[in-house]
Amino acid sequence: MLGRSANGIFWLFRSLERAENTARLVEAGFRMALTRDARDASDEWRSVVVTLGLRPLYEAKFGSDYAGHNVINFILRDRDNPGNVLAMCELARTNARMVRAGITREVWESVNDSWLRMRDLLARPVTETRLGAVLDTIRRQSTQVRGAMEGTMLRNEIYNFARIGSFIERADNTARILDVKYYVLLPSISYVGSSLDNVQWENVLRSLAGERAYRWLNAGRMEARGIAEFLILDSRFPRSLAFCYGKLRSNLAHLAREYGCETDAHAILREADCDLHTITIDAIFEQGLHEYIAKFISRNTRLANQIQYDYRFID
Amino acid sequence: MKAASPSSYDEMFAADGSVRPAYRGYEEWYAGQPADLLRRKGTEAEAFFRRTGITFNVYGSEDAEERLIPFDMVPRIITAHQWRRLSRGIEQRVRALNAFLHDLYHRQEIVRSGRLPARLLEKNPAFLPQMVGFTPPGGVYTHIVGIDLVRTGEDDFMVLEDNARTPSGVSYMLENRETMMAMFPELFTRVRVREVSDYPRRLARSLAACLPPAAKGHQPVVAVLTPGIYNSAYFEHAFLADQMGAELVEGSDLRIENGRIAMRTTQGYQPIDVLYRRVDDDYLDPLTFNPESQLGVSGIMDVYRAGGITIANAPGTGIADDKAIYSFMPEIVEFYTGEKPILPNVPTWRCSEPDALKYVLENLADLVVKEVHGSGGYGMLIGPTSSKKEIAAFAAKLAARPHNYIAQPTLSLSTVPILGRAGLTPRHVDLRPFVLVSPGGIDITPGGLTRVALKKGSLVVNSSQGGGTKDSWVLDD
Repeated sequence: MLGRSANGIFWLFRSLERAENTARLVEAGFRMALTRDARDASDEWRSVVVTLGLRPLYEAKFGSDYAGHNVINFILRDRDNPGNVLAMCELARTNARMVRAGITREVWESVNDSWLRMRDLLARPVTETRLGAVLDTIRRQSTQVRGAMEGTMLRNEIYNFARIGSFIERADNTARILDVKYYVLLPSISYVGSSLDNVQWENVLRSLAGERAYRWLNAGRMEARGIAEFLILDSRFPRSLAFCYGKLRSNLAHLAREYGCETDAHAILREADCDLHTITIDAIFEQGLHEYIAKFISRNTRLANQIQYDYRFID
Repeated sequence: MKAASPSSYDEMFAADGSVRPAYRGYEEWYAGQPADLLRRKGTEAEAFFRRTGITFNVYGSEDAEERLIPFDMVPRIITAHQWRRLSRGIEQRVRALNAFLHDLYHRQEIVRSGRLPARLLEKNPAFLPQMVGFTPPGGVYTHIVGIDLVRTGEDDFMVLEDNARTPSGVSYMLENRETMMAMFPELFTRVRVREVSDYPRRLARSLAACLPPAAKGHQPVVAVLTPGIYNSAYFEHAFLADQMGAELVEGSDLRIENGRIAMRTTQGYQPIDVLYRRVDDDYLDPLTFNPESQLGVSGIMDVYRAGGITIANAPGTGIADDKAIYSFMPEIVEFYTGEKPILPNVPTWRCSEPDALKYVLENLADLVVKEVHGSGGYGMLIGPTSSKKEIAAFAAKLAARPHNYIAQPTLSLSTVPILGRAGLTPRHVDLRPFVLVSPGGIDITPGGLTRVALKKGSLVVNSSQGGGTKDSWVLDD
């Protein structure tokens, strides 16, 4: 397989994952904003923008006016935000076109179909009335692409590079949401363990599609440590860091088997994976959740770069 | 149902309105279909094409960067008998083309014998001095050829153009058939149509039969070289690579390693045996040709000449597409095969000859004038549909550089009905069969790409100029 194709398939699935996660974040923000008065609602929207790392770009355009309408459109379709959801779908499609010969017709058609739909849906500004339908479509479309891939792709290197792209991105997203939300919720570390705004924590879970699973596992107790443990260490939850790294481990192991050798990326992965398996949530809080997450994000980026280097994504 | 306009030959209906034999099976089926059903299928087909991404890019139109080539649901049908004659003629012509190319780049017997003027090769950018004295692996120059045919009567097929450079359109031939079979499966149980779907397999086999001397005994490594996703035919490049199980490479994936052209894979550089390139000669090797090119590989011509790789089609085959050369094709066929051409040329005036130029200038309003090196319907004049002003402007260009043009009569191209709002209505068509050449022989896929002018009366079928396509059927005996 060409290094350039591996790069294309990796970014195809990274951008789809990012589009989906962004939609979830907007959805959680929207729900929060609905239940707040105007001032609190705009705090919610600010927190969504901050989580996405878009604050400087956003404020350059709108100042500190975090009206829902502006935020939604900025995130979903504004050209001043190069990472907008429509641009992600377009990037995914461009990459899919580039690797067209390596993906099945079903995968290509579902990516192309996603892009066509998103392009139509996001051709004009999204009103709050239309938002639900738009976000719903984004989620459905990602599910469709994932289904097409699961159902039709040969389990070879191409598939594994696709999955690696998805899980690198997902791990990064979960870590960022957890980090930012944690800071928004807890201005000081001394708040840990104090009684919390359950609705806010539920929102963190909702952004990661984990509210139901968490409630089911914990009989509804909302508590910072428990939620952090769930999102970082619970390998049963498909958006947790431990789950993502479990998948990365098996995808990278597949590549090692297919190619007959391990690379430096395998060493980085082993270190990270081992850490997720041995550390406890108490130890994480002891060293500081933010410090732990910051370290995780930087190692995740290092792993992604190493994979791109080891497998000759670029010359 | 309407009969065709009396001036041109309609392939479905005779002048008295009766259905010609080729279309009888189809017509029986068609007569039983409710009109609105067929129209709905048309909308379905368009959605299908959009979703599958069968698009082409139009140069110089920014808003619609990817467009669909309109697909018409009435097939273009050729009888087994007609096809046999056509394929004999095509085979003869393609054999002659390869012999001609070999001769041009070796002893130039045809020039020495006085049958082809040497000036046609001098300063002709399509003639590559780098190919002189070199014989490509297997002796094959044109691995893939598209022969454009037009028809003016029951048995009157003529060759309008040879595409020996890098003919495109074969993916539409394949997808049009898939679409027809998906939409009207029952039609194919009533009418027996010869299969085209194994073209990619035949292409792969034909390419693998031309290994370069450096290829090792392992399974041949074939790759398709594309200029990239913004090229107008990118869909086709990806499609063929996918169907052949070959890698789709760009210039940036390639470099020279140990005297071979190698592609950057996830496990390092792997040598390529046969490169099916969809990049023009001029962009193939910045060291040899256009130094600005980012699309090719520096030094590939040296590797090629040293036997490190097969390039398909061979560089320098474009000389055979030259329209001034075309005008000599009857002589060329006869010179190399010793036979009279089975398929005639369209009568052609070479404007470089003073008598011909005089005639052409006097009769511009009735003629079609083409640039010698042009393709794709760009830069041509169609006299009968041009204004006086356009004709005068063209005459000035023509008089200034007569050697740059040839002229042909405005042919009364055959028509095949398309499905319009008011039912079947005739439109002009041409046909591009695809031909594979390997040391083992010449392989012609039954059918080809039928292009259709969608505007009433229009003779321009090029997709870049708004033409559409049809599924092309060759009936089984």
